[in-house]
Amino acid sequence: MISLEFLVASAIGVLVAGGIYLTLRGRTFQVVLGLTLFSYAVNTFLFASGRLVVDRAPIWSKTVTEYADPLPQALVLTAIVITFGMTALAVILTLRSFLETGSDQVDGDPKGKHEDDPS
Amino acid sequence: MSLADHIAIAPVVVPALAAPFALLVMRRRRWLGVTISFTSCLLMLAAAVTLLVMASDGVIRTYEIGGWQASFGIVLVVDRLAAIMLVLAATLSLLALLHAVVTETDRDGWHFHPLLQFQLLGLNGAFLTGDLFNLFVFFEVLLIASYGLMLHGQGSARLKAGVQYVIVNIVGSSLFLIALGLLYALTGTLNMAQMGLRVAAIGAEDQWLLRVAGLLLVSVFALKAALVPLHLWLPRTYAVATPPVAALFAIMTKVGVYSLIRVVPQIFGDGAGSAAWVPSPFLLPAAIITAIVGFSGVFVARRLSEQAAYAIVGSTGTLMIAVAGWQTDTIGAALYYLVHSTLAGAALFFIADVVARRRGSFSDTISSGPVFHERQSVALLFLAVAIGVVGLPPLSGFIGKLLIMGSVADAPWWGWAWAVILATTLIGVIGFARAGSAVFWKEGPVTDDAAPARVARSDMAAAVIALCLMGALSIAAGPVTAYGEAAAMQVMNSANTVDAVLGVG
Repeated sequence: MISLEFLVASAIGVLVAGGIYLTLRGRTFQVVLGLTLFSYAVNTFLFASGRLVVDRAPIWSKTVTEYADPLPQALVLTAIVITFGMTALAVILTLRSFLETGSDQVDGDPKGKHEDDPS
Repeated sequence: MSLADHIAIAPVVVPALAAPFALLVMRRRRWLGVTISFTSCLLMLAAAVTLLVMASDGVIRTYEIGGWQASFGIVLVVDRLAAIMLVLAATLSLLALLHAVVTETDRDGWHFHPLLQFQLLGLNGAFLTGDLFNLFVFFEVLLIASYGLMLHGQGSARLKAGVQYVIVNIVGSSLFLIALGLLYALTGTLNMAQMGLRVAAIGAEDQWLLRVAGLLLVSVFALKAALVPLHLWLPRTYAVATPPVAALFAIMTKVGVYSLIRVVPQIFGDGAGSAAWVPSPFLLPAAIITAIVGFSGVFVARRLSEQAAYAIVGSTGTLMIAVAGWQTDTIGAALYYLVHSTLAGAALFFIADVVARRRGSFSDTISSGPVFHERQSVALLFLAVAIGVVGLPPLSGFIGKLLIMGSVADAPWWGWAWAVILATTLIGVIGFARAGSAVFWKEGPVTDDAAPARVARSDMAAAVIALCLMGALSIAAGPVTAYGEAAAMQVMNSANTVDAVLGVG
């Protein structure tokens, strides 16, 4: 039986690995996907920074003595909103850039345009 | 709480109100939006100067937002360092605004003024906040606004550079969040003052984690400050941005430097165990290489705006050489040079625009074209600003570099610092001389498409004012350096900030 910590940690690790790989690719769509994966990983990581606990109340209650940390949830919420907005901006920007320059390479170089593009 | 205490939050509230109002009225009445923008910047300057005077008594004032006690709520901290940065941001915003309105670049898109105000909201917030997560949020505010401003005027070159700029900064923000998560997991707080206290209690088995968090955080700030090897995004972005925007961005790299000066002594000071002064071994070599790369860029740049962008990189390097000393006098010297280099960098972007507007298709390329309108006065202005940027007397760059060299003279690595500062000054002088002689001295063949444009002389106003400010900075060097030294003392003595924020004693 694997522990909760191992599960969350490896999930974050896999997401980060995928995110970094895709972010380093040359074409903007893959980079945007990579950024999204990376930000998922960051959000999960932030969530875990208040320690992983099961079945605890985050808000005060008479019957409870042990609590889950409520702050990381607020932080994650803020981070999700910001990264979501950023991702939307990145999508629009890369699309605009593609339409305007005719290249979907991050460096704006048109030479790689048809390399792995079947159409 | 009297009304005077609320001035602390004015630099954040004023642009936050001005931006949506400007956005609402601009569609119908453009002049009203411009008025709102100017009024807001003037109010910000007034508030910042008031705070500067208030902070000169050495008391660290705090402002608890919503009356929530510090460490639970968000706290703003007004000390000398924050006041200096606020005044600088307000001054620079007025210059950028003036240039944008005079040259009518604010008409290239609909949202220049609201975006400018949001940018200032982020900048001022970042300078004031005493909470690490809040710092992240204000960083995001200023970045989001800067994405919009950077793309102002559009065009494929801007879009291309914009994509890279946005991607680099999103990755930077993610790293910031990881560092924040680590620090929160280790200390259980996000308040910088409290974090500084709690890092001392971290056990030996978690020290490595604290070091990782510290280095990540420092890397993010180094990315914002454009230190080598994290500088590659800057030259291209700044060179293609609309000139007033590029001038305003001169303070963006300084936000990274500011954050380093704020966070490292506070959290990773002497009390942080094995993580004490964790960036020190890396910061000095990075700063030295940054200065060399930046001024070499000045030497090889093909356009004046590109040259200005590299000058920003180089001056950040010089600045970081002083900061990397982590002594009261080195940081004091750095603060003087920080103010100077921001103004000088902005002036250089203004001049590049003034030249570009007069040379038709030659634009601001460093090449010889036909004689253009008011060539002599523009040349004189370029000469004066270039003198300021590279640090020749009599302007403030000379005093700044002298102060930095004096302050690092006791450090064991002073030889490196002196050699690099002097050598890069020489490279800078040659680079600007080359650009100046190509653009202003030699005459190229007259071509039809390069018909010299006649433009109103008023577009030199922002550059002239920036130049005057540099002059004033060198005349008032005594009081300014004294203030900078006192600010550095406040920052390095983090126990005072802790007392002020957490209300101990």
